[in-house]
Amino acid sequence: MPRLRNPIPGVDPSLLIKDAARHLPDPTRRLFLRGGLSLGALTLLTGCDIIDGPSAERVLMKISYFNDAAQGFLFNLNRMAPTYPDSAVTRPFPFNAYYPENEAPEVDKDDYALEVGGLVDNKDSWTLDQLYALPQETQITRHVCVEGWSAIGKWTGVRFSEFLRRIGADTRAKYVWFRCAEGYSTSIDMATALHPQTQMTFKFDGETLPRKYGFPMKIRMPTKLGFKNPKHVMELAVINNWNPGYWEEQGYNWFSGL
Amino acid sequence: MTAQATPISAPSAPAEVIHPLWVRITHWINALAMAVMIGSGWEIYNASPLFPFAFPRSITLGGWLAGALLWHFAAMWVLAVNGLVYVVLGIATGRFRRKLLPIRPRDVAADVKAALTGRLAHDDLAVYNAVQRLLYLGVIVAAVVIVLSGLSIWKPIQLQELTALFGGYDAARYVHFFAMAAIAGFIVIHVVMAFVVPKSLRAMITGR
Repeated sequence: MPRLRNPIPGVDPSLLIKDAARHLPDPTRRLFLRGGLSLGALTLLTGCDIIDGPSAERVLMKISYFNDAAQGFLFNLNRMAPTYPDSAVTRPFPFNAYYPENEAPEVDKDDYALEVGGLVDNKDSWTLDQLYALPQETQITRHVCVEGWSAIGKWTGVRFSEFLRRIGADTRAKYVWFRCAEGYSTSIDMATALHPQTQMTFKFDGETLPRKYGFPMKIRMPTKLGFKNPKHVMELAVINNWNPGYWEEQGYNWFSGL
Repeated sequence: MTAQATPISAPSAPAEVIHPLWVRITHWINALAMAVMIGSGWEIYNASPLFPFAFPRSITLGGWLAGALLWHFAAMWVLAVNGLVYVVLGIATGRFRRKLLPIRPRDVAADVKAALTGRLAHDDLAVYNAVQRLLYLGVIVAAVVIVLSGLSIWKPIQLQELTALFGGYDAARYVHFFAMAAIAGFIVIHVVMAFVVPKSLRAMITGR
């Protein structure tokens, strides 16, 4: 697997490998097309099993990378996600993760220190009080899940572009990478990182971000599918190396823009 | 050709081309792309069903959500490019106008009645009866709707005007589903008819 080839600047590689190893996708799952095709007609038409198995998977991943580029091309930094009135907020807002709600990570607010790494001028970590002191704004936007459902939520926090400015991030870099408390990770394109509605979020629906929605901090991006919005963010890095993320390595499209 | 007598059943000259090559090529590419789109679409539907039923795993494509999405977003390019070629050529060559128009309600009613009583003739493949015209035009419209509603689900922010046209993101999912249902219903009738009238299947392969 090529996923650990590129160490991330500012990240201890041994820690990263240890962390990643814990969360490597189940090898059987890597072949995500397993038993995937029973469309008899299709098998008949192609007359072989190329539509199932590693060669199909390789071709499909190539097209998925092409789709990343196509979506990057379609993405408009000045295109805002529609916003909604307070009355439109979905209450209760759905919980969704790859673990049950009672297994959501518990992060101690006093011990919390957001680690910052990669291509930034200031790699000091940030306590929660320091983060809370940043200028905040509220957005009511639609959260769209890769599964298809959607819900409207109300998130409050600091513009991510403002945070990047304060840490002296090199915004010519390609990606921002996030590591979460339970080992989840994801990465986003710099254009989305700089989008005005991309937010470092501390509150949901007026209350301190509850544990199930990502206490103490999540990154909210209305322009991307839900799984691209990391919860319980412990560390972020501005990078040029390709380091897609937990779900992306299992076959989900990396850009996943809306 | 000589004046020699020919057997009654065999044509004396090569039959006229009913389906030009571009129709046959785009037809079969579309058939394949539609099969992939619908099979993977059913698996995607299963991840968050709109109705209290799911599609059986044995007839879906992709194995799980990520695999189905990969298939869906790969085949969409084939479907869209091929569909665009088909529609542009269909209009530019006048084939749509010639073959599919006019559609008169009275003719449709008469042909439906004839079809149900088993008296609808398919003797001339080059001329579509009123029911065929209605179904072929209808499935083209459904295909346009499924592509546009699909785009509005895929890009509800970048293409938000289009999404709004369908009544928003959630409504667009229903439109996308019903367009699929319409196309799937068409395919059932279409395939059954191809077996009932085998020469129509031959014509879509050889052109004659």
